[in-house]
Amino acid sequence: MSVIERTRPSQETAVREPRITDEHGRRIRVWELVLRYALLLIVLAITVGPFVWQLSTSLKGPTEDIYSSPPTFLPEHPTLHNYKRVADTIPVWDYAFNSLKVASANVVTNCVGSALAGYALARLRYRGRRVATLVFILAMLVPVEGIIIAQFTTMRELGLNNTLIGVVLPGCIGAMNVLLMRNAFLNLPYEIEEAAYVDGANVWQRFLRIALPSVKGTLAVVAIFAFMGAWDDFLWPLIVLSDPSKFTLTIGLNYLHGTFANDERLVAAGTVIAVAPLIALFACLQRYFFRGVGEGAVKG
Amino acid sequence: MALSTVSRVRRQLPTSPWLFAAPGLLITGAFILYPFGSTLVNAFTDRRTLIPGHFVGFANFRELWHDEMFWTGLRNSTLYIVGVVPALVVLPLLLALLVQKNIPGITFFRSAFYTPVVASIVVVGLIWVWLLDERGLVNSLLETIGVGRIGFLSDQWLLLFSAMAVTVWKGLGYYMIIYLAALAGVPRELHEAASVDGAGAVRRFFTVTVPAVRSTMVLVGALSSVAAFKVFSEVYLMAGPSGGPAGEDTTLVMLVQRTGTGLTGRVGYASALSVVVFVVTVVLMLLVLRADRKEDS
Repeated sequence: MSVIERTRPSQETAVREPRITDEHGRRIRVWELVLRYALLLIVLAITVGPFVWQLSTSLKGPTEDIYSSPPTFLPEHPTLHNYKRVADTIPVWDYAFNSLKVASANVVTNCVGSALAGYALARLRYRGRRVATLVFILAMLVPVEGIIIAQFTTMRELGLNNTLIGVVLPGCIGAMNVLLMRNAFLNLPYEIEEAAYVDGANVWQRFLRIALPSVKGTLAVVAIFAFMGAWDDFLWPLIVLSDPSKFTLTIGLNYLHGTFANDERLVAAGTVIAVAPLIALFACLQRYFFRGVGEGAVKG
Repeated sequence: MALSTVSRVRRQLPTSPWLFAAPGLLITGAFILYPFGSTLVNAFTDRRTLIPGHFVGFANFRELWHDEMFWTGLRNSTLYIVGVVPALVVLPLLLALLVQKNIPGITFFRSAFYTPVVASIVVVGLIWVWLLDERGLVNSLLETIGVGRIGFLSDQWLLLFSAMAVTVWKGLGYYMIIYLAALAGVPRELHEAASVDGAGAVRRFFTVTVPAVRSTMVLVGALSSVAAFKVFSEVYLMAGPSGGPAGEDTTLVMLVQRTGTGLTGRVGYASALSVVVFVVTVVLMLLVLRADRKEDS
């Protein structure tokens, strides 16, 4: 009896004792852990709270008070009514489709174009390779905001302003993506390509069958950032598109806000439509997003 | 022997390198370098969207000098650097320290803190327009705790300050990831040695962490100051296309967009403004690089 009583508490504390350790394998004290979680929750409320509030506003019906003080965080009778109203007010699904077209095109051109050019800079030898590399480095340093008017007049000269092709073209093979791919190819060992050469593989075969499959990770980073960049872009589509039937989602939202600013439920529903696909994409492919930040920051 | 194999592998059809590089070079030349050159040329002409221009010498720059809107834009874009950069250098570092330890659920928090980075600036802008509205959530909360309502989006300075806060809010997660990578490279022995010497957490932050990630801080400072100077979307969305009360919140890039686009756009004058944007950007980069080198020696 007494033995059981004596051993049980010690067993329980062994179980209850926080087995949480830091990156060096040392135990973290309980009060520090509580403090950390408290801070984490505060930052969570600040960073994610606004999105949740927007979602909540978009689900509140026309009779519900959205201005109340103290505020009500959850909708009393959640309804999709506002999403239907957005579609009645602006062709929001057409805009979403335009954004999807622009973003998809941007992914394809950036992946193909920067892989090809990156391979040429890293692996092929020819006169002018240094100049070609320099061209991409200089292009990366040019601030887009400083040339946007000239890009607009260039697009007019080509007769491509107010088209989705005009939206895609300037960024369709980003200089930074080319340099990212170049570095990825440079980091591959030569030996495998040597072996392929001995087996009689020509340059295209070596590129497609050997080099390209080895840089899939970097290619995924390029693809994701191309998609996100095109889907989120605002300034350039705002300048190049003037016809409301060709708007992308971001420009459509700006238009919605400009025209129906006082209808918060409506604007909230529109923003949720615009942001939901990207949050879903991010949730699925987080590690590529984080990897892209590291690689981009070092080069940028 | 090995060398000769390498050079053999590198051999290829004489045309193929250019075939590989051509699409990239073509796009970069046509849509980055050519517009850059034509911006420099147009800055010295009176070109308009539909009217080809004539050479006017430095007339655009003289007009700029006397243009009150230009000085407003330059002031706001410069203030933006002052307001945003210190916050974006320090706060993400603290955040990175907070999410660095692998406690349960930390990957969720890291991802969650990154969400604002993923969202479009338009979405972010409109979310905050509603949050900071006269009748929005922030004011509801302020009223509940007895502070009273504040016109964040109606006062010239509060507006600019709110836009800065939004820029910081959206950038936190991005720079947090950069700092996390840098912190992973700080040797654990340094922290242990400092602990043994009796240094507390705050002391260790300043004597161990900050010196170890200093070059990353410079990088973040450079990236965020260039981005801050070119601010457009946040202010455009929160203050409106005309730039708030009497246009007092107009930034330089907003001025470029307003002057140079549309069918009546003054391409020449907008190009002169663009040249200023470009020059300041380059100077900022050089200043930051120089500051880095000075601290090294």
